[in-house]
Amino acid sequence: MDVQTLYQDIILDHYKAKHHSGLRQPYDVEVGHVNPSCGDELTLRLTLDGQTITDVSYEAVGCAISQASTSIMTDLVIGRSLDQAGQLYDGFQAMLEGQGKIELDEDVYGDAIAFHGVAQFPARVKCALLGWAALRDAMARSQLEESA
Amino acid sequence: MTAVPDQPTIGSTGQRPAGGATEPGSVGSATAAGSVAGAALDVERIRADFPILGRQINGHRLAYLDSANTSQKPQAVLTAMEQHDACHNANVARAMHTLGAEATAAYDQARQRLAAFLGAATEEVIFTKNASEALNLAAYTLGSSLRPGDEVVISVAEHHSNLVPWQMLCQRTGARLRWFDITADGRLDLERAEADQLINPRTRIVSVTWVSNVTGAVSPLATIADWTHQVGAQLVVDGSQGVPHRPTDVAALGADLLAFTGHKMLGPTGIGGLWGRAELLATLPPFLGGGEMIEIVRMTGSTYARPPQRFEAGTPPITQAVGLAAAVDYLSAIGLDAIQAHEQALTEYTLARLAELPAVTVLGPTTTVDRGSPIAFTLADIHPHDIMQILDSYGVAVRGGHHCARPLHERFSAQSSVRLSPYLYTTTAEIDQLIDALKATLSFFRVDPAAPAQPNRLTGGGR
Repeated sequence: MDVQTLYQDIILDHYKAKHHSGLRQPYDVEVGHVNPSCGDELTLRLTLDGQTITDVSYEAVGCAISQASTSIMTDLVIGRSLDQAGQLYDGFQAMLEGQGKIELDEDVYGDAIAFHGVAQFPARVKCALLGWAALRDAMARSQLEESA
Repeated sequence: MTAVPDQPTIGSTGQRPAGGATEPGSVGSATAAGSVAGAALDVERIRADFPILGRQINGHRLAYLDSANTSQKPQAVLTAMEQHDACHNANVARAMHTLGAEATAAYDQARQRLAAFLGAATEEVIFTKNASEALNLAAYTLGSSLRPGDEVVISVAEHHSNLVPWQMLCQRTGARLRWFDITADGRLDLERAEADQLINPRTRIVSVTWVSNVTGAVSPLATIADWTHQVGAQLVVDGSQGVPHRPTDVAALGADLLAFTGHKMLGPTGIGGLWGRAELLATLPPFLGGGEMIEIVRMTGSTYARPPQRFEAGTPPITQAVGLAAAVDYLSAIGLDAIQAHEQALTEYTLARLAELPAVTVLGPTTTVDRGSPIAFTLADIHPHDIMQILDSYGVAVRGGHHCARPLHERFSAQSSVRLSPYLYTTTAEIDQLIDALKATLSFFRVDPAAPAQPNRLTGGGR
């Protein structure tokens, strides 16, 4: 398998210049996620205005795939509603686990379509999902706190 | 010694079938590969014995540099196990039929051959499923009499398998866990240990690695054994990266217990072992309960078998023992002195080639003095998983991550590292293939190859 399929230029660009990186105040929820197999660590903060995501800030140690994926994820979800972000997560995960058979809509997913090649490298799916999984966790907790 | 009757050889490798001749030096093709201590190995001849080394990966010749993770198997090992399963398979020690006798003889012979390999008495060798189980066995049995106030000493450089069992033991018993720190080049810091009275009359157990699976540093076992025995404590040694790569003589090592694993020494997974001094083993309680570890079982209580059976509950890994015995025969035929010399020359070559890349920082000694062959390093700020992925696209297999030694990486201020680990079948051409692939990795991730690496800083000492 060609490694260029995995590391598309868009991914390398985000890896070299991450968007929305760094932890910011104020925030509503903070979560920490770890990938025990590689030791990658991610702290992610979610800021909401009602049901709208107004900021996602993060600090991460990780590979190019996980760093770029988190960067692109913040581009996609900031300004969206929690429901829209949840749908984006579901579609992105389905694509990654679809063994190359599921295509994402570029109009909806923008730079994230560059992760299509990751679906052919099962060992790296977790890397591409690290930031998204942290986001989903933070969104779930924000709703728990809301209802508590 | 009961010889297993000859059986037709399976396959057409021309190699000695398993379970037959047991004298080291009798392995067909390995003997011709060079057996004079210190002599250069005939590596190409050795490589011909390992079918997997002929594989192409992603259009490149495989450069397998991950032997500290798991080693590859020569045909003699594969044939021995296939032969055993095809012709002699039965349970051991309880089946009274012919096959049962053959399987029992093969299993007993495997123990004898392993004991000879270690310079030990046969009843001092306990089979386990891996080194982790061996170290858990050591912690559980040696530690059964620990009390609050007692101390257990390990090192910050340990593999998690020689760390977590001792943490668990200390949590159970209230004993205190202490550890050797390391110096900037990754060696156990004896000076600081002495100044801190790390090993003292409260110390009951010391457990350290022989060769670090990350830095490659060889521990000063003679000194540590002296300190340990002066205070009446016991020394456990994790030999996972030592036993496969250098001559082992348990009488000279200074250890009271020595753990090792089969799959890092050309054998199969699913088998490892613990050597213990006979007098010590005789005093230890059982570990796991079950069949074969007992003497008499009554509903009101049981008595236990003598070592080593006391520590081997249930049906053991029989086929794996046969494979491991074939592996030690193969290693013995080539000679551990010759293997060690080959790896040392290769390590010297690799360290020199890595030094050509300013972006590389080696975690551990950068000379071959008191050093084994694993070499862990970082490459600029590129994540090891990304490095591994690019190396794999060039057919180079290494390991990336913290190599089950997270505290050691933390101590080096490194989140993780890439590790190459050669063995008797590794060539300088494979090292060249690695270096070329590392250069390609730098260019792929747009790193200036002339940019200097960040120097390692030791952080977070304490104990």
